[in-house]
Formats: sequence, C-alpha cells, structure tokens
Amino acid sequence: MAGGISRRLYGPRGWAILALCSIAIFVVMPLLNLAVPAHSPFHVSAYWVTLFGKIMCYAIVAVALDLVWGYAGILSLGHGLFFALGGYAFGMYLMRQIGSDGQYRQPMPDFMVFLDWKEFPWQWWNSDSFLWCAMLVVVVPGLLAYVFGYFAFRSRVKGVYLSIITQALTFAAMLLFFRNATGFGGNNGFTDFRRILDIPIATPQTRMALFAITGATLIGTLLLARWLTTSRFGRVLAAIRDAEQRVMFCGYDTVHYKLFVWTLSAVICGIAGALYVPQVGIINPGEMSPANSIEIAIWVAVGGRGTLVGPILGAGLVNGAKSFFTQAFPEYWLFALGLIFILVTLFLPHGVMGLLKKRA
Amino acid sequence: MRILLIGLSWLVASGALALDAATVNKLGFGDGDEKIAAIAALVAEGDPAAAALLQAAMDGELQVAGKRVLIVKREGAVDAATGAKVSPLPEGREDVIFNNRLRRELGGALAALWLISPDRAVRLAAAKELTGNADEAMLPLIKKALAKETDAGVKQLLELTQASLELKTGAKESRLGAVRTLGQSTNPNTKMLLLAILEKNKEGVFTEPDEDIRIEAQKSLRELEARLAWGERAGVLFTSVSLGSVLLLAALGLAITYGLMGVINMAHGELIMVGAYTTYVVQNLFKRTEFFDWYPLAAVPASFLVAAAVGMALERLVIRWLYGRPLETLLATWGISLMLIQTVRTIFGAANVQVENPAFMSGGIELFTGVVMPWSRIYIIAFAALVLFLMYCLLTKTRLGLFVRGVTQNRAMASCVGVPTARVDTWAFGLGSGIAGLAGCALSQIDNVGPNLGQNYIVDSFMVVVLGGVGQLAGTVYAALGLGFANKLLEAWQGAVLAKIAVLVFIIFFIQKRPQGMFALKGRALDA
Amino acid sequence: MSSNATSAHESGGFSRVASGDLDTTHGVVLYLEDISVSFDGFKALNKLTLSIDSGELRCVIGPNGAGKTTMMDVITGKTRPDEGTVFFGQTIDLAKMSEAEISTAGVGRKFQKPTIFEQHSVFENLELSMKADKRVRKTLFSKLRSEQRDRIADTLGLIRLKENSDQIAGFLSHGQKQWLEIGMLLMQEPRLLLLDEPVAGMSDEETERTGELFQSLAGKHSLVVVEHDMAFIEKIARKITVLHEGSVLAEGSMSQVQNDPKVIEVYLGR
Repeated sequence: MAGGISRRLYGPRGWAILALCSIAIFVVMPLLNLAVPAHSPFHVSAYWVTLFGKIMCYAIVAVALDLVWGYAGILSLGHGLFFALGGYAFGMYLMRQIGSDGQYRQPMPDFMVFLDWKEFPWQWWNSDSFLWCAMLVVVVPGLLAYVFGYFAFRSRVKGVYLSIITQALTFAAMLLFFRNATGFGGNNGFTDFRRILDIPIATPQTRMALFAITGATLIGTLLLARWLTTSRFGRVLAAIRDAEQRVMFCGYDTVHYKLFVWTLSAVICGIAGALYVPQVGIINPGEMSPANSIEIAIWVAVGGRGTLVGPILGAGLVNGAKSFFTQAFPEYWLFALGLIFILVTLFLPHGVMGLLKKRA
Repeated sequence: MRILLIGLSWLVASGALALDAATVNKLGFGDGDEKIAAIAALVAEGDPAAAALLQAAMDGELQVAGKRVLIVKREGAVDAATGAKVSPLPEGREDVIFNNRLRRELGGALAALWLISPDRAVRLAAAKELTGNADEAMLPLIKKALAKETDAGVKQLLELTQASLELKTGAKESRLGAVRTLGQSTNPNTKMLLLAILEKNKEGVFTEPDEDIRIEAQKSLRELEARLAWGERAGVLFTSVSLGSVLLLAALGLAITYGLMGVINMAHGELIMVGAYTTYVVQNLFKRTEFFDWYPLAAVPASFLVAAAVGMALERLVIRWLYGRPLETLLATWGISLMLIQTVRTIFGAANVQVENPAFMSGGIELFTGVVMPWSRIYIIAFAALVLFLMYCLLTKTRLGLFVRGVTQNRAMASCVGVPTARVDTWAFGLGSGIAGLAGCALSQIDNVGPNLGQNYIVDSFMVVVLGGVGQLAGTVYAALGLGFANKLLEAWQGAVLAKIAVLVFIIFFIQKRPQGMFALKGRALDA
Repeated sequence: MSSNATSAHESGGFSRVASGDLDTTHGVVLYLEDISVSFDGFKALNKLTLSIDSGELRCVIGPNGAGKTTMMDVITGKTRPDEGTVFFGQTIDLAKMSEAEISTAGVGRKFQKPTIFEQHSVFENLELSMKADKRVRKTLFSKLRSEQRDRIADTLGLIRLKENSDQIAGFLSHGQKQWLEIGMLLMQEPRLLLLDEPVAGMSDEETERTGELFQSLAGKHSLVVVEHDMAFIEKIARKITVLHEGSVLAEGSMSQVQNDPKVIEVYLGR
C-alpha cells in the first residue's frame, strides 16, 4: 500500500531479520554460554545472559505499552504495576518452592516466619501450584486493568488525566505492597529463590532455558501485536487515537476497543513480570514506583511509538545505557536519563525508528 | 531551664528572711531521716528563704563550718538560718551531702515552694512538675497554694495533683471528691490513676475495696475519655488544616502552570525542592550572625526568585517547544525533574540537610495536655493563606493576571490584540514556579529537606489540581483542604498508608464521575 | 419493530437496527419535542420542537449561538437533553442511546470542522466507516469482501477521490476532506444525515457539486443541512427552519422565511 497502515504481517526483509534474531536467541547465545568454555574470549558469562534476559522482559513491556500508547493513544504511567503484579504472582510460587530451605528452616517463607505468622494468608491460597500461579500471572493484572479501564474509558477519561490517574494507581499499589500486613514481604518483597518446577534455579541450564522462553515470548508478543495492528481492529484503534469522536459516530463502541487492547497490554506486562522475577531473582514494591512506569514510556519514545519494533530497540538502548552508566559513572545516570527524556521529546518525535526510516 | 532561672531570681531577691535555726541545723548536720523531716518542715513554712535554702541544697552550695550552716556562692557566703553575710569564709568547711533519695525530696519540695511564686510561668512549671510525683507531705502546701491560685491552668493542674494525693490517703468522702475531680482533667495521665482504681488483681478481686469509689471512678473515666476524645478531635482538625495548607502551597503553583496554562509539569515537585534548598542556603548564611531569627525574611523572597528563575529557564528551553503536546511535555518535564534531583544530590549530597526553625517558630501552643499546635505549622497556615490572597490579587487585579487569563482562554485572540503571548507564558510559568519555591521554603520548616522532597509531593499536588478542576483557584483551595481532611481523618481511623491508598482510590473513582474536577464549569462541549 | 429498538440498547449497541427496518409509518424520520439543554444557566436549546420527514432535505439556519450545533449534539447522543424527547422513526428513543448505537441505528453526522482519520489512507477512511459488524471480535478477523471493495470504489467515484485512494487523508485539501467525510457518511448507509456546514472551505465548483449530490441523496435519505452560505441554501433548500435562541423562529420555504418579519429582525435584516 502506498499510504495508510500496512496490512501485511511483515515483508521478506522483516521476516529475515526476525529469523536472524531467533537464531541469535535460540542458538548462538546458548552455544556461547553453555558450550564455549569459560576462559575462551567468545564465552558469554551468566552476567550477560541475565542482563539480556532482563532487557528482553523490558522489551516485552515496551511492546505492550506501545500497543496502548502508540496505537490507541493511551499513555499509561502505571504499566509497571501490571509488570510487578505478574512478578509477584509468580514470585509467590517461587517462594513456595524454597520449601524449608530458607534461613529459618521452616516450611513458610522467611518473612512470614519473621512476622510470626502461623498460616498462609488467603492471598497465598494454592500458591504452591505452578499452574495456579501461572494463571494468576495472567488474571490478576488483566482483571485489575479491566476493572480500572472499564471505569476510566466509560467515563471518557483520557489524555493527561488518564496518565495521571494511572500514576496514582501504581503509587497507591506501591504503598499497599510496602505494608507487611499486605502479605507480600513488605519492603523486601520476595528473593532468595531456590527452585522452579523443582529444578534448581541458579544453574546455567535453567538460566538459559528462562532466557530462551523470554526470547520466545518476546517474538510471540511482537508477532501478536503486529497482527493486531495490521488487522481492521488495529486501524480502528489508530482511528480512535486520531479522532475518537468520529469513530464513535461511525458506530464503533470505542470503550470496548480501548478496554480490549488495554487489558491485553496489562496481561502481556504481567507475563513479562513473571519471566523477569526468576531471572533477576528479586521482586519488591520498588517495581511499582511511578518513576519505573514512566521510564517504560521513555523506552517506547526513544524507539519510536507506533512501530512495535522501535520500543524493543528503545528498551535495549536505554537499559544498555543504564547498565553502562551505573557501572562506570553511577552519579551521572540520572543526568543521562533526564537528558534522554528531554532530547527525545524535543528532537526525536518519531524515535530511533524515525531516524532509520529517514535514512532509508 | 528558663523557668528555673526565673524561679531562682525570685528566690535570690527575697532570700533575706530568717528561718528556724533548729530546722536549718537538722538539714545541715542531721542524718537522712532528720534531713527529710527538715525539708518537710521548710516546705511547710512556705517562705521564700526556705526555697532559697532548698535550692542551694539542690545546687550543692550548702556547707557546714563549726556549728553554722552556710550557703556558699561564688559571690560570697551567707548564714543559712539568719541570712547574714559571712565574711571572711571560715576555715574547715565541709559540703553537706544529699544522696539520690534526698535529692528527689528536694526536687518535690522546691516545686511545692515554687507554687507560691508570683510568676505564673514558674507556678505552671512547678504544677506540671508535681503532677505524678507529688508527695503526701506536700498536700497542705498544695492546698494553701490552691487557695491563693488565680490562674485557671495552674489551678486545674494543682487540683489534679491534690486529687491524686487525696486518693491515696484521705477519708472516703475526700477520696470520692478526688475521683470526681480527676474526671474533670484534660491530662491523659490521670486516666492511668482512674484505671488503677478499677484494676483487678490476679485473683480477680478489685484492688480497690470500696465499691462506691469504683462506681464513681467508672463515671469519671467515661467523662475523661469523652473529653480526651474531643482533644484528639481538635488535634486532628488542626493537623488536617495544617496538611491542607501544605498541600495548598504545593498545589497553588500547579494551579497556574497546569490549571491555567495547561502545562503538565512533572518537575513541579523539584521546584518545591529547589525552594527548600534555597532556604537551607540562606539559613546557612545567617547561621553565624546574630540575625539568625530573621532569616525567613530573606529566605522567602530568595526561594521564590530562585525557583521562578529555574522555572522560566525551563519554560524557555524546553516547555515552550511542547505547547499543545501534553504527553510529550509530561515526559520532558519528568526528565527535567530527574536532572534537578541529581544536581541537588551532586551539590548537597544525597542525605537530608537540616533546616533550623527560627526561635519564634519553635515550640507551640498547648491546647490540651499532649495536643500541641506547633508555631511552625501555625505560621505555615497563615503563610498559605497569604500566598493564596496575593495570588488571587495578582490574577484578578493586575495586568499580568489579565494577560495570563486572556492567553489561556484564547491564545490566538490574545495575540491579535497585542498581548505578547510568548512573554506572558514565560512570566506565568515563572510565577507558578516561584510559588512552588515558596511552598518549598515553608515545607523546609516542618519536613525533611532532601533530594526526594519533590517526589513526595508531586502525586499529592497533582491530585489536588485534578480534584479541584483545571483553571479554578477556588477549586484548588477546596480540594487541598478536602484532601488534607480526608487524609488525616482516615489516618486517625486506619493508619497513614491505608489512608493514603483510600484517598488515591477515591480520587480515581471521583475522576470517573467528574472528569473535569469538582468545580469545573460545564461548558458547551467542543469537538474532540 | 419495537422489539428491535429496545434490543438495540439492551445489548450494549452490538445488535443493529437496519435502517430499512426503521418504523416511519407516519412519514416522519426524526421528531424532536420540547428539547431543552442548558449549560450553567445558559439555555442552548429552549423547548425546541422539530420534525423531519422521511426523504426530506431540510436546511437549518440561524445566527451564532442559536443552538444549531447543540441540536445536532442532542440528536447524535453527544449531549443529553435536560428535558424533552428525541425519536428516530416511531420507536427509537435516541435520548437513551450512546453515540455508537445511534450511529448504528442509522444517523450519520458530519462535523463543522472536517473530522476524518488523518493518518489513514482515503480508502481506509471509507473502509472503517462502512456499514458492517463493528464489534471488537469481528474487526479482529474481518477481511474485505469483493462487493465491499466495489462499494468503496463506487463511493470513491462519487466523492471524486478515486485517484487519491491510497493517499494519507491528512494531506487532502480542505474541500477534499469535506468530501471524504461526506463519503464516510454515505458508507454508513444512514437513514438520516446531519451535515454541519458541509460546504465551508469549498471552491465554487465543489460547492455546486455538493449541492447536486445532496439533492440526489434526498428521497432515499433524509438530510438536515446547517449552513451559513445563503447562496448554497437558496440553491438546494426546499424547506428552511430558522433557529433563534434555542427554539424555532420560523419554518417554511425560502421566500416565506425571507419575508417573515421576525426573521428579518433577528437574522436576515441585520
């Protein structure tokens, strides 16, 4: 098509790049990490595997945010909440998998022993079941997003107002999770995981398996998002972003459209959170801080919103820079991040993808 | 300390009367029990010379030489009994030793004597000192003081002490009266006294055998609790207004930049922080001078100007280019806030800095025992009201205000009639930022000043503006006070964190119902 | 018939009332009765009563603030009336329906300022407004059928944008945007078209063609045209309604209206 929004999933070049990335994730990384001996210069250490795994989780979140911001025009400043909820849901399972190997050698998580709790609170019901927790990973963020979105979209809260109340939402949740009484470990959250599906979590093989699953999820998320946005649904979504009144007067119930993409986006974030926790080994209420959520928006902006691939690049670039700065010049990271926020919004409205397109 | 000094000056001034020599000798030469008896006797005399003697004993200025008891001060010695000057000092003096038990007796005795001081402050301090650690021997003296006492506050405290003493010893009638008197108290400590009467021992038998007294105590307890509850309510009311005024200060600047200009400034909290740090710097400059108490006079304009300058620079450099793109403005200003935080960390360090209150702002008014209204908060309430008033005048009575309102209502038209819209934007943004600086100056008096100061207020201040409605000063005021009340009332009921969550959830639901805020005008809807 | 109308809002706007099913037994397609709307004390509409016959082309004029746009807002569900009833046909109460439901029931609206999807191509603009099942699930999997493509092609021809089919709509000229919006309206196959200043910004030739188009549409559709361009009105009008301060001041043919002393006083005479 000469104009408008593409209807194809990807062209030959797109598929080729995707295939190359898949090879890198599923073949090259495992080989370099597991098969190449540690002293070889080609060896990729556990540090890098974890870092890349972490960034891929962030990239999934970025794609999810791009769906709502780039396509439906809803800037959420609370997507960190959905991410953290997914992480906490799966974290519960990981905590149960510690069994009696915690510091207190008790069958309950250490923080509960510390608080002198005798039994699991209701939130932990059935949390030793992998399937149950995996379901919570999807259902909890999805349900919260659905309920919140239903009220917000139905009363036509949009634009900056919506952004601010999503921020308030994640802020409220953070305060809630900081409380010990909430039952999720208070300040410290969950950590010291030992096993996943009864397999030790810290071995190179488990790490690589988690890495590969994350990679597969990222590619799957990208394809799903691409398919959505190239369907007529995607065109309606973009139309809502540009002229919501007109879409309503065309006979579309825009609330349902926004609600669908909003809930889907939250669910994807929850899944990313669940993949993040076993790899990074910790989840705490800090993940719900407003600053974290707003950072997600800048990944999307850096990459270029409404491009899906851009946000993946953006998440990689910003987090790569963060890893570099926090090691080399920790005191300058906030300067750099602040500058990224300002420069991208002022000079790169279409992000890195916009630059690439101009080149091409 | 101050009270002690006042007390002393009074004692010294009138310390020339003669005392009973035998008593004085017992105090100087007697053993422990004799000394206690002597102290009691001196208290019973209730005269200033006795007080001077006891104070001297307390301060370790009592010496014996031969048969005489002397008060030896740096400026010279006097005979303790006669008050006559002793000069030159005799040889072979020995200190009179008072052990801990005796010192306690001395303390109580002195307090009892101070009760008859002509200075109200001394009497009040003494009465306070006596609540809870009075001695039966002082009962007559307290009664004597009560008979003469004119000040209601002191009288109340004394009656309380009297009651608690009578409760321990007196006849049934006087004990009943004492229980009733305790019921009139506003002091939370008396609750313990009453509760003690109603206590049961391990066998489940009341420690107080007399049922009438128990019934009376029950009644008094109820009265007391009701009164204390009122005190608590008054306290909550005050802290609500106080929090409301803080929120108002934090939000007033936003009411201009966001409410009138429509600029989402996520760095607003950091402008508050800039104001607070400016106050800190000004305070440091004044620290070594004798004008320290006057530093707020310099800090208020300084924090306004510095924050306004930062704000205007931001407007010129960043925000100007993003008008009409609110989401981008949001992200860019967030970036600015990060950089401001890091700047402050680099200059002042990551730890909180100490801003001291000037003398006139420390302390407070004690409404009830335990319910104190700190001066700093009272001043901030007044300051918030003043800033609000000035802002109102500025917006409605001046040309700048007219321009700002004109530009925000119809930019193109304002530009056509010759309003320099770009310059108005800069000035208006500077004004909003300056008010944020004022908020920081005020906050520095009651809150920690650290790099994260702004982050703590930004969500709250946005909530105020959102709740109050865009472009509405009155709405901002009501919303700030309303949020202050809601927060504090819920806090008293459910704890601070849950209160905050409840308020945030309430706002989330509120916005669903009235997306334009509480006081927004229902205008003719324009095309989206 | 009436069951059709009730189910329209009971099921959240998903079931549709085909415009062919509209009950116009008395020949009336739209009936407004005693509609009042006020904004903070300002009465935008004041007991407005108006009826539009099936197949009619009605022009509505009136000075600024007379309530023309508010009237359209009420009909399309954007503004809820404080009082009064809005009936579409005999059975459908528009005052209780959402914008999307009203649109689906067969009311199309063109805004004063052309509102089209600026980032979409002209073709996509028409595709999105095409009469179809507009529920989320359906749009996820929908494919264009060949007869739908033909319909889009026909409309493209009608609004003379065949050459611009793949162009981004935001790059069209003002007049072309107006035409595109009219085309989008036609794709909805509405029984009633509300057109707010449709010829603003159009060249004389475009205006002329628009007039012809409207006249050809009347009969099959009912049209309500709000315009300031008196020459245009004169050309197309059969019956004119003059609004003033939120209610109908006069109604009748062009000459009747022009000679009405009340109208001369408030509007034409000035």
